[in-house]
Amino acid sequence: MIDLLASRWAYAAFVVLMVVGLYMMIASPNLVKKVIGLNVFQSAVFLFFIAAAYVVGGSPAIVPPDGGGGPYVSPLPHVIVLTAIVVGVSLTAVALALVVRIHDEYGTVDEAVVEEVADD
Amino acid sequence: MTDVLLPLLVAVPVLAAVAPLLLSLRTTETGWYVAAVTCAVEATLAAAVVRAVSLDGAVRHVVGGYERPYGIELVADGLSAPVVALVAVVALGVLAFAYTAGPRRNSFYSAYLLLVGGLMGVTVTGDLFNMFVFLEITGLATYALVAADRSGRSAVAALKYLILGTTGASLFLIGVGYAFVETGTLNMVDLADRLAGGYGDRTVLASFGFILVGLGLKTAVFPLHTWQPDAYTYAPDTVTTFISALVSTVAAYAVGRVILTVFTPAFFEAVPAARTAVLVFAAVSILAGSALAAVQSEIKRLLAYSSVSQFGLVVAGFALVTPDAVLGAVIHLVGHGLMKGGLFAAAGVMAARHGARTVGDYARLGYRSPVVAGAVGVLGVVLVGVPPSVGFLGKWYIAVGAVRAGAWPIAVVVFLSTLLTLSYVARLLERLYFAGSTEPTVAAGADADADAGTGAEAGVDVDPDPDPVADGGDRPDSRAPAAVSTGMVAVVVAAAVVAVALGFATAAFETFLGGVLP
Repeated sequence: MIDLLASRWAYAAFVVLMVVGLYMMIASPNLVKKVIGLNVFQSAVFLFFIAAAYVVGGSPAIVPPDGGGGPYVSPLPHVIVLTAIVVGVSLTAVALALVVRIHDEYGTVDEAVVEEVADD
Repeated sequence: MTDVLLPLLVAVPVLAAVAPLLLSLRTTETGWYVAAVTCAVEATLAAAVVRAVSLDGAVRHVVGGYERPYGIELVADGLSAPVVALVAVVALGVLAFAYTAGPRRNSFYSAYLLLVGGLMGVTVTGDLFNMFVFLEITGLATYALVAADRSGRSAVAALKYLILGTTGASLFLIGVGYAFVETGTLNMVDLADRLAGGYGDRTVLASFGFILVGLGLKTAVFPLHTWQPDAYTYAPDTVTTFISALVSTVAAYAVGRVILTVFTPAFFEAVPAARTAVLVFAAVSILAGSALAAVQSEIKRLLAYSSVSQFGLVVAGFALVTPDAVLGAVIHLVGHGLMKGGLFAAAGVMAARHGARTVGDYARLGYRSPVVAGAVGVLGVVLVGVPPSVGFLGKWYIAVGAVRAGAWPIAVVVFLSTLLTLSYVARLLERLYFAGSTEPTVAAGADADADAGTGAEAGVDVDPDPDPVADGGDRPDSRAPAAVSTGMVAVVVAAAVVAVALGFATAAFETFLGGVLP
């Protein structure tokens, strides 16, 4: 167990971050904090891809003209994470815009209060 | 020519989505025309793709000339062609509805076109990560559209949808990551090759689980459906019609694509527990969705819960992976899109004309709006699955597939859900035609002239609580009667006619799916 944690700590961090993110989304009544929880959850996924791509002693995949010079790190997971970050940022923007509108309408970002007001 | 069709199918609406925003610098309310032209072009492209698929069996495009496993592939085959056709037809049809029903803002049509592009992307991509990106484009546009009437309730519903939808997409991405770590590729065909033989592997099992739960959230399968009734109920009627017909449909298509192309039926043979798990998940969804729909009184909410049940059916069809069941699932996927789109459009017309939003409000509307009520009746009966109709075909093939695969409980579940569907459709029809005429209703005003399909100006209604319309009549959710155009009624009637006509199209579906059926 200790061995596993010592060698695979990045994956352990991925799981912890994912669960923390999920917990924030479920437990926090504050809508902004829910969005932050969503960001934490997404960061966990990014960490997973980065950790999976890590190669001990690996260099960036820029191959010199004469070849050789490995081992190289696979660039694909990094590209995936870059794309996923862009997607995540645009989602956060939309989410915050919605929170602003909810605040304009109900004067609060507390989920319980919003539901109470909306039911009336 | 055929090799550029697929990229154009995705690129045209995405690029055109910029135009309404640019136009809004100079003009207002011009977005609709941009969307109409784009969707017409899109329908032509879709027709060409469907024709090419029917001739060659499949159309491939290698984006940028990077062959697999490095590049991204766009593929249209017998499984995606019916969905491409559905997206193109519904996008065009909903525009006819939106012309009068609104919203008319330019920015609305930017999101609309972005959504069309995203849906097409999910449908034709042959790359698992690319599918995630398009799912998120679809999601982003949908969240914006749900909140398009700028009311507080729709913003709350959209935020709830956003948080759950993004969680679903992230879970899908984790599953894709596991599959990538296991195989080193993201191309669906390549993945299928490299996953073969390692099906019992824990990473592969986890990958399947994450992908399925993620897509289940997007599809709104019970108990992952909680975002969906709110989103459908509080979105403007135009948006509900559009997203109920397409967004969950395309997510369910993704479930089918992942099961059939990536994990393949061999995975289910190697790991029967995975198949059982999906079938149980689907069966619970079918029953719970129907039961919840049967106790609703609000029309849009009732139809939303009904969708939960219908998508359970589709997922069950895909998970059975027998030729009959998959055929049934695809037919039901397309059929449900048309039925639900038509029913939500009808709900929009009834709300605009009579202010009717609950089952109780529908009392005797069958005599005041005979055309729309008749279409509701036909669509409702199709939803129950009375032959000859597309609703019957889908359920029939799924049930036959279940029996042939030895999964008797699924056939029983299909039968039970049909009974429950009948219970809520019958309740609706009873209100429409046989409700006591003396019963006071919300919309018992003097608007008998708003009839016969062309009632462009609805009569003055005795409105109990006139909703203060703050931002220029852009809120179809207000209870005051609004204009109903011939186009809106035509959309409802067309959906009903096509839903019945497709009941004779088994042969067409079989020809298309011949190459992809397991």
